[in-house]
Amino acid sequence: MEGAASRRPLRFVRGAVNSTATPLLEARGVAKHYGPVVALRSADLSVSAGEVHALLGANGAGKSTLVKCLTGVTRPDMGTISVAGRQARARSPMHATRLGLSPVFQDPALVPDLSVTQNLRLTGSSVDAVRSQLDEMRLKVSFRELVGDLPLPILRMLDLARALTHDPQLLILDEITAALPSDLAERVFDVMRDRRERGRSVLFITHRLAEVIATCDRATILRDGRNVGTMVPQEGGEARIVEIMLGPEAAKAEAEASRRDEPEAEPAEAEGDAVLELNDIRVGGVQGISFTLRRGEVLGLAALEGQGQDELFEALAGQRKLEGGELRVRGKAFRPRHPYDAIRRKIVLVPPDRLLALLPQRSVRENVAAPLYNTPLRWGPINMREEGRRVRRAVDALQIDMRAARQVRRLSGGNQQKVTIARWLASGFAALLCNDPTRGIDVGTKRQVYALLRELAADGGAILFFSSELAEFPLVCDRVLAIYGGRLTAELAGPAADEATLLQAMHGLELDEAVA
Amino acid sequence: MSTASAAPAALEFRGAAPWRRALRLHGWTVAVWLVLLAMVPYWRSLSEGDFKFDLQALAIDALPLCFAAMAQAIVVISGGIDLSIGSLMAVVNVLSAREMVDMSVRQALAFSLLILVLTALASGLTGLIIVLTRIPDIVVTLGMLFVWQGVALWIMEIPGGGVPVSFGDLAVGDVGSTGIPNALVAVFVALLVLWVPLRWLRPGLAIYAVGSNRNSAYLSGIGVARTRVGAYMLAGLFTGLGGLALSASSGIGDPNSGATYTLNSVAAVVLGGVSLLGGVGGLVGVIAAAYVLTLSKIILLLRGTDPNYANVYQGALIILVVVIGGLITRKTRS
Repeated sequence: MEGAASRRPLRFVRGAVNSTATPLLEARGVAKHYGPVVALRSADLSVSAGEVHALLGANGAGKSTLVKCLTGVTRPDMGTISVAGRQARARSPMHATRLGLSPVFQDPALVPDLSVTQNLRLTGSSVDAVRSQLDEMRLKVSFRELVGDLPLPILRMLDLARALTHDPQLLILDEITAALPSDLAERVFDVMRDRRERGRSVLFITHRLAEVIATCDRATILRDGRNVGTMVPQEGGEARIVEIMLGPEAAKAEAEASRRDEPEAEPAEAEGDAVLELNDIRVGGVQGISFTLRRGEVLGLAALEGQGQDELFEALAGQRKLEGGELRVRGKAFRPRHPYDAIRRKIVLVPPDRLLALLPQRSVRENVAAPLYNTPLRWGPINMREEGRRVRRAVDALQIDMRAARQVRRLSGGNQQKVTIARWLASGFAALLCNDPTRGIDVGTKRQVYALLRELAADGGAILFFSSELAEFPLVCDRVLAIYGGRLTAELAGPAADEATLLQAMHGLELDEAVA
Repeated sequence: MSTASAAPAALEFRGAAPWRRALRLHGWTVAVWLVLLAMVPYWRSLSEGDFKFDLQALAIDALPLCFAAMAQAIVVISGGIDLSIGSLMAVVNVLSAREMVDMSVRQALAFSLLILVLTALASGLTGLIIVLTRIPDIVVTLGMLFVWQGVALWIMEIPGGGVPVSFGDLAVGDVGSTGIPNALVAVFVALLVLWVPLRWLRPGLAIYAVGSNRNSAYLSGIGVARTRVGAYMLAGLFTGLGGLALSASSGIGDPNSGATYTLNSVAAVVLGGVSLLGGVGGLVGVIAAAYVLTLSKIILLLRGTDPNYANVYQGALIILVVVIGGLITRKTRS
């Protein structure tokens, strides 16, 4: 019965959100600090019944902390939280659920070594109820499967289905779409609309402003642990949201920066030398892919989840053995058996999971300098001054926030991502393989990353770029290749790679008319 | 968005084939039992004794290790490790031997229950310290190892004491006169009564959950601290049984009797397919592993191997089995 509904356009009709009645959720002056670090200064949030409400802010603005306070994961230092006019400070996530707030967290709340059924039993959820929620989302999952064997997007959907079985007054979605391919993200939007039609509310946290404009009735924006505005997203549009989010001055600088870059993306320069040549590469799901990555270009790879792109990145970075085909680096045959082989030829990877690439307990300096340790292949003491100089240069170039530099794990997600790029900046590279480098980072940082990638390409770097966010391709790439089922389905010029065309190519469909 | 409507209406996620999943979940357990069964003919070919008698001896010999390994398995599954199991067993051993000497069987049994309560509380205290101070398990339990060692020596300086004969029969006798050793039955009764019901209910699942991923478990609404302390208490119960088994089978109290059990229990846990990272494995495989370890010692003895070399062989065996097992698991995974 939901099948027909799902095909309606995504934009919600703004209905009568009753603003005079008591709001469903009211948080006032919520504050939280961890040791000397203030995560939340004083945040207010008010969500009405029957409303899809966005919670926005740059990395480190305090979104996640506010969600944690609402759902009882941490205890706020100050402030009041009430649900339907009644004081309601959750003591634990379970307690929050009983108060009518069901969260879907950024980290899946499913235990990897238990089967799906056992996980549901653990939380006292009904297997049938979860199954029927999944049916409504048109998803089929074997419940006897161990959670650890299921792909992350499926886990997010399972978490969502489990939260829905409680029929919560307020469904809290913390960056649920960050790890979802577009087809699953659409199903989440269907759910959000459905909640709204039933008079329930949704608090939606995301970095993708296009999603906010398409789906949310109102948005509360946090900056530096305070809320700096509540707005109707459709009225201001993306530019207005960014301005509020970053503060007036930063936004102006950002706008200038992006204006400066855009024309650079347009003219296709004379073809540079080939850095990386792939000839009929087969590995994992990849069934024979050929292309050439040249000096001075950003080459985009667009694909739905699980079309072989991850294996391709791993193979190029030396983490996975090729099963067939030929790889050439600057004309010379190359069969990497270890990441070191790739790094020595200056083929370097920025993986999607930041913590995979970093030494979380160590300082920014050590993290940035780590790849330097194996380039000067001589014994003896590390040249601290040279190291310091290179690290400082990389840190400055990326504007990394060094306030919590003693341990990388204390940095915000966006800053961690910058460190993963900075390390290759410090050591130098020929080809930079970026697998979803902007996943889960805020708009301001994203723009810095785009500008940086363009700049690196202009300086003669070769960059391979995958993103789960389609809008990024025309901004960053000179060329875009679409992959479907482990094969290339289309090659587009960067500016021509708009969302509709990409989606078509990513689903393996023939491109119509002139585009192909 | 019109292009997206071409996507299939229902998305299905199909996982691994059922047999492959079953193999991954239970393969190791089955394999350890097969290893144990494979050792039996060789053992019989070396021994000239009566099978019933030998089986009895094996069961008695393995009994304390079985309980120690079960205790260790529970803690390891919950994501910890307990280095104090052996020395807490020694405390139970000397305490029961000192107090039970002049008791009737009935009194001895009542006293055993008291001891089980005490060991559960003692281990629970260890767990509580770990949870409250957030000091790693290995550090706290290493400290407790020395504490219990001292307590055991304080209770009884030199070996002595004893247990009522019919109490000892609980470990060394057989059921009716069928020849099925009590010691064998005791292990499985303890498993069925103390573990199996938990394993399939929330408390047992919670133990697996906190061992598997503490954060996910917390976000699923599990009381992580409570569960971990609970796991230690349950392990304390098995440790207490191990200490009593030591008294019943040896008939004497010895403050140094527990020395080998801590590390042997870890060996049995690893051999039995429990991941030292937590969350994976079960007690059934661990029991088989305890018998494998005991039987391999007996076999080496029968072959007349120098006891010093015997340890070398046993250590090599553990590594070999775990390496082979690890290679096979990796093959079935990929």
